[in-house]
Amino acid sequence: MNESQHLSSQFDEDLGRLRTHVLQMGGMVETQISSAVDAYATGEIGSVKSIVDADHKVNELEKAIDDDCAHIIAKRQPAASDLRLVLGISKIVTDLERAGDEAKKIAKGVRRIYENGHVPSQFGIGVRHLAEAALIMVRQALDAFARLDTEQARSVIRADSEVDTEFKSIIRQLITHMMEDPRTITTSIDIITIARAIERIGDHAKNISEQVIYVVEGRDIRHTGKEGIK
Amino acid sequence: MQIHDQPTLKAEARNLNFYYGEKQALSNINMPIYDKKVTALIGPSGCGKSTYLRSFNRMHDLYPGNRYEGEIRFFPDNTNLLAPEVDPIEVRMRIGMVFQKPNPFPKTIFENVAYGLRVRGENNKRALDDKVEQALRGAAIWDEVKDRLQDLAPNLSGGQQQRLCIARALATDPELLLFDEPTSALDPIATGAIEELVHELKKRVTILIVTHNMQQAARVSDYTAYMYLGEMIEFGKTDEIFIKPQDKRTEDYITGRMG
Repeated sequence: MNESQHLSSQFDEDLGRLRTHVLQMGGMVETQISSAVDAYATGEIGSVKSIVDADHKVNELEKAIDDDCAHIIAKRQPAASDLRLVLGISKIVTDLERAGDEAKKIAKGVRRIYENGHVPSQFGIGVRHLAEAALIMVRQALDAFARLDTEQARSVIRADSEVDTEFKSIIRQLITHMMEDPRTITTSIDIITIARAIERIGDHAKNISEQVIYVVEGRDIRHTGKEGIK
Repeated sequence: MQIHDQPTLKAEARNLNFYYGEKQALSNINMPIYDKKVTALIGPSGCGKSTYLRSFNRMHDLYPGNRYEGEIRFFPDNTNLLAPEVDPIEVRMRIGMVFQKPNPFPKTIFENVAYGLRVRGENNKRALDDKVEQALRGAAIWDEVKDRLQDLAPNLSGGQQQRLCIARALATDPELLLFDEPTSALDPIATGAIEELVHELKKRVTILIVTHNMQQAARVSDYTAYMYLGEMIEFGKTDEIFIKPQDKRTEDYITGRMG
């Protein structure tokens, strides 16, 4: 990635503003996720409304950033690293927005569980652990983007398989649980929805990290498996 | 998308140096020109791209004190274009040139195109008619001028004059066409017509084009070479140069950053 300045300072400002907006959006999504996870852990469902409301702002930011990308392409015809940055950002905001949607799903699932008077019981710890791991992935992916740090990006991609494994293990336990006591099915399905949303958040963090690598190195490592992050 | 076809060499610069008197303008250029492909030369003013381009048809021979070192091999016959025993007039028959500013002769449209053929000794009226029409069609200007072939060429619009100059260059059936910023004096519409024409022409002729317009290089060329201070910094497929250049200096230039 090229950090030296353009002859056009206006162009530098445009790109700088674009990056700032992405990080701002990332911060909002990160808050959405951590609030949703907190609500799950504590049963404080008062925050659910604010998580759902924040989603509108995230959606608006996604549209605004995409619009800025279109303007930069039209006005500046970016090339090489500039082009990759604009293309990468346009994809990153899609993943951020979807991660926000998943946070909303978690929040709504939490509200259903607690409103029905159920407590997530012994699955609390497993899901919280999964959520912590996914949240760290999102933070690190955003850090990797902010610093254009491909090492960090690669470590996020590696972490995704651990989250996937943990998710599968939670599902297995829940299936057993439901078979043992069918009265737990309703709550278990809500917990599956929540765990699934968390696992998807991890996937989005991974996608963001793949874009960081594309922006910096020009290598498209999507769908390349472990080979790609070598 | 990868380009899968294996291009053949049309020309190749080998350890090419060039001096305007004492001043060295090209340093150790090594670069292939692929057959029936468009190769763009980009770089800031004074980087040597026009000097390099002009070496191909021995334009520098016109001034005393200019000196080449190294070779430009021309295929399939493997002639060294720069060898003193090679006649520049012969070279120019095989390698046509189109300049920045349209420069038609102060003659009729017909005579502009027929000129090179007459120099070659073609005097048969029928053959001249055919070849002039063919060249004008090749340059995508026939329909506009077919009813006024006896009009004076300088009365045409700038874009038409430039296409006439391309027709003039095409008349002698060149193997390589050199374009030295062919659209910098034209409006966007005429520029678009020339770019479209370049795309058509490469089906039968190899093209080397110098351009200051980076978007143009990206649009029209298959290969791009970035030159700086008389050196070839980077040569590669245009798709790769504009998305993922290898050299930081290329990156700085095409993204509009200070070096």
